[in-house]
Amino acid sequence: MSSLSKVVRSGVGRRRVQTVVIGLATFMAVAAAVLAGSLLVASTAPFDRGFTDQHGAHLSALFDGTTVTESQAAATAAASGVAESSGPFQVVTQTPNLGEGGGGDGAFELQPLTIAGRAQPTSGIDKVSLSDGHWPTSDTEIVLTEQIPLDSKLIFKALPGRPTLTVVGHARSVSRTADAWVLPGAIASLTSAGTKPGYQMLYRFTASATVSDMDTAKAAVVAAAPSGSMLGSQSWLTVKEAADRTAALFVPFLIAFGLLGLVMAMLSVGGVVAGAVSAATFRIGVLKAIGFTPSQVVRAYLLQALIPATVGIVLGVVGGNLLTIPVLAQTDVVYETAPSVVQPWVDALVVVAALGVVSLTALVAAARAGRLRTVDALAVGRAPAAGRGRFAASLSARLPLPRPVTLGLAQPFARPARMTAMLATVVFGAASVALAIGLTSSLNLIETARSHDKAQIMVSPMKMGPPEGGEAMGPPVNQQGPPPGPFDEGGPDPAAVTSAIATVTGTKASYGVLSAPATVAGVAAEVDVLAYRGDPRWAGFEMTEGRWYATAGEAILPTPMLKATGAKIGDTITLTVNGHNISVRVVGEVFSTQNEGMEVFTDLTTLTAVIPKVTPTEYYVGLTDGTDATAYANALETALTPFSLHANVNPGGHSDTLVAISTLTGLLTLILVAVAALGVLNAVVLQTRERVRELGVHKAIGMTPKQSVTVVLASVFLIGLVGGIAGVPAGMALHGVMVPAMGNSAGVRLPAALLDVYHPWVMALLALGGLVIAILGALMPAGWAARIRTATALRTE
Amino acid sequence: MAVIELSGVSRRYDQGPPALDDVTISVEAGEALAILGPSGSGKSTMLNLIAGLDRPDAGTVTVAGVRLDKLGEAATARYRRAHVGMIFQFFNLLDDLTVADNVVLPAQLAGMGRADARKRAASLLEALGIARHSGAYPGRLSGGQRQRVAVARALMNKPTLLLADEPTGALDSASGEDVRKLLIELNGEGQTLVLVTHDEKLAAACATRTVRLVDGRIATDTGPGIRPLGPHLAASGVPHGADGRTETARFDADGRRGVTL
Ligand SMILES: Nc1ncnc2c1ncn2[C@@H]1O[C@H](COP(=O)(O)OP(=O)(O)OP(=O)(O)O)[C@@H](O)[C@H]1O
Ligand SMILES: [Mg+2]
Repeated sequence: MSSLSKVVRSGVGRRRVQTVVIGLATFMAVAAAVLAGSLLVASTAPFDRGFTDQHGAHLSALFDGTTVTESQAAATAAASGVAESSGPFQVVTQTPNLGEGGGGDGAFELQPLTIAGRAQPTSGIDKVSLSDGHWPTSDTEIVLTEQIPLDSKLIFKALPGRPTLTVVGHARSVSRTADAWVLPGAIASLTSAGTKPGYQMLYRFTASATVSDMDTAKAAVVAAAPSGSMLGSQSWLTVKEAADRTAALFVPFLIAFGLLGLVMAMLSVGGVVAGAVSAATFRIGVLKAIGFTPSQVVRAYLLQALIPATVGIVLGVVGGNLLTIPVLAQTDVVYETAPSVVQPWVDALVVVAALGVVSLTALVAAARAGRLRTVDALAVGRAPAAGRGRFAASLSARLPLPRPVTLGLAQPFARPARMTAMLATVVFGAASVALAIGLTSSLNLIETARSHDKAQIMVSPMKMGPPEGGEAMGPPVNQQGPPPGPFDEGGPDPAAVTSAIATVTGTKASYGVLSAPATVAGVAAEVDVLAYRGDPRWAGFEMTEGRWYATAGEAILPTPMLKATGAKIGDTITLTVNGHNISVRVVGEVFSTQNEGMEVFTDLTTLTAVIPKVTPTEYYVGLTDGTDATAYANALETALTPFSLHANVNPGGHSDTLVAISTLTGLLTLILVAVAALGVLNAVVLQTRERVRELGVHKAIGMTPKQSVTVVLASVFLIGLVGGIAGVPAGMALHGVMVPAMGNSAGVRLPAALLDVYHPWVMALLALGGLVIAILGALMPAGWAARIRTATALRTE
Repeated sequence: MAVIELSGVSRRYDQGPPALDDVTISVEAGEALAILGPSGSGKSTMLNLIAGLDRPDAGTVTVAGVRLDKLGEAATARYRRAHVGMIFQFFNLLDDLTVADNVVLPAQLAGMGRADARKRAASLLEALGIARHSGAYPGRLSGGQRQRVAVARALMNKPTLLLADEPTGALDSASGEDVRKLLIELNGEGQTLVLVTHDEKLAAACATRTVRLVDGRIATDTGPGIRPLGPHLAASGVPHGADGRTETARFDADGRRGVTL
């Protein structure tokens, strides 16, 4: 064995702690980097990735089962421009109740589901991906897009025989062809009496890139089917637009977390390797004294760092992949795309980068040590603090604090480079926490303000679930619900309905709303006019600019609507509602993203001035604290019987996306805090090892274990405090840039109120977060310092 | 009165032969005990046990009436702080603290006020003849000077025992002589001293009692003995008792010296 490899082997073996620390640091850095890199990849064009993966449908079309036979539907595949097709699949739309098994008792009504019969999802177009569970294997099993727990029972009360299906899997179709899938044989039992299921055809076209390509292709399909038989269709461009808008909202968020993770990973590995090598300066002096050349020294230390680093990297890749799986699962929910996996090239890139960082820092540190004159190296090794820490030490000795505290406070100053790296790590950690807290708060506020859906109870002429709160997250596949009665004639007397609602115990506030389609000259899209009876602001509205409407004839508009009309606050626009022209003066810009933001909010009196008899079509009720929503809905149902209105518990306000974002933020913050704390841990372990003889001396002259712990904890105190105080404004600044950026990419201007989430006490708590990270990282070495035998500590060199 | 009582003490490291094997010895207050023996015979092990730095596998260690082998870590630290001053072959001074800060440290750890601690440190440094270096860093001092600083630090809390492991081992002969004189002087004032050394000359000059270890066992023991009145005290004509001690040098009930050097 060469003398070099002997040195390396004994170095790796004897400097066990350092070896372990390097291994640990690379392990967690690589794991964090794999996660961060995968997040970055997942955040690039998530829709396109999922669409390609699933071989998505350019067009999904629904044919009327009563006028078209299966073979007629299938024949549309021959239309010109069709490159490939799948189907026909039989499709029904039904509204199930949630039965036992998922926490439901059968009373809770779900939203209407578009259910497609499909034998398996693995071939042809729209290869629906399962995120968990399995594809139905019998006619009593169903797979859902919505995250209703596995093994829940869905009861279809309205159908003959009340069929009950078990949820056996969760699946996602990037093309949004259906909400649920069953085996083709199960469709018959899910078809309402006297009707026939529709036929769904999925197509891919030779030309599909633009709206006009799609219009041409769709026209060809329509022409190939019996006239009037296509009930509806959905272009992939529409789905893509909605998906991209959602993704755009969250891309900056995930990218920021990914980058933070990467930077912290680099910092901690670099810091630890540099620290470990410079801690070995004395040994390097010895090696040179016995005849090693500088280049041999460098090689020896490079290898000593690379051996544990390689182990750490291998384990880190494995750990990182394991860690990434649940995070990506949440990301997929947010992006509403196909399950993504860790790309092998991300692993490869991380490995190469980690090896690079380790080699480079080891090389630079070892080269510096190798260049030192041998005497200096020997001297430095004996007194690692030589000079540098003395000023801090003598300064802190004068502080009127217990001596163990002042001893600890001075320690980091002996190694300014390491102190800086630790400080940076804590700053990043604290900034991530501040950012995460701010983002979660803002996103919650945004979600509330976006969906205006805080009301617990919804009253409508139909016994059905309301449209999902997260409509802008993607259009429902099939819009349900015929408008009741002639529009201009209105419905039940609003005053009577409102007082009936008020009589039920538990009512806190209520309002009625008339949602009416309208057109505005010069605006291509259909505009939704929302005319309120009563003040709906408690349901969650935020103004970007201007004020809430005060009188009849005033209205507030979301940003996209203002842009589309070119109107400014103070301008007047004319709406055409059911043939009536209604002028409204714009008095404010409100934050709203439903119907792509093509909405006008006004008081009902604006409409009744022109169409006197119109009434709200729906009512929303907010309940007093502690009121049971289901019981209330039942009571209200009775009170509303004379009006043929129905009370439903509003399932809105619960958004999968929001839950996923919160989970993701929590998970990522936890990981970043762990990375930061581990970075501190590594540095403190090195520091404590370096000072083990000093520790022995302290103990020999009567330092108690508690005092030893105090020294180590005090040594990170300043770093934690300063890091926290510096990190919080950094995180807040990042939040201040990121949230508006997220709004911009979604095409909305966010109200300032949604950004204003850092209350002074939150800031103070967050600033302490840096301290928590530092203390967390120092706890283990502090315990070690307390436990080590004095005799051992004194003997260690 | 015995300050140190070792009874049937054994200590074995890992699977090796016992470093200390069934050692029983009793040391009186005021003795200067030299522990001699070949390298690896267990001298440092024995000293560490007395200092409470290490714990025996068997037997009991009692110092100043305290059963060390039964103390927890914190209590051991408090015991060391109150009863033990240690000096080492390689001084073990803290390099980034000044001489004065090194010396006050034990008192500060024990919770003594800064002003009081500084005053006592200054008088110790003065008495040991290194007052003018009190603002210097240990790295700048000679070996002999460093060992004097170490002695000052060891005496800071008025220890019952002064323990020294090869105190002259790293010193040239002149500095060694210097330290030897200092130790004799301290013992002459009543300071109980336990000294581990290879240096027969040091043992002969310093010790009132000599124990020789071979393979972890006591091979020979010259038996208890107390130094007569220190020469400088004799010359000073200070009144003293029959045991050759000044009134102020009398021991407290727990064997602690009354004098402040
Ligand atoms: N921490 C330890 N781990 C394992 N063995 C030890 C340890 N400390 C001492 N020993 C062993 O115990 C025996 C006695 O050691 P000790 O240090 O007491 O000897 P010593 O008489 O002080 O020797 P020296 O004169 O060389 O200082 C030796 O064989 C030594 O190798
Ligand atoms: Mg020894």
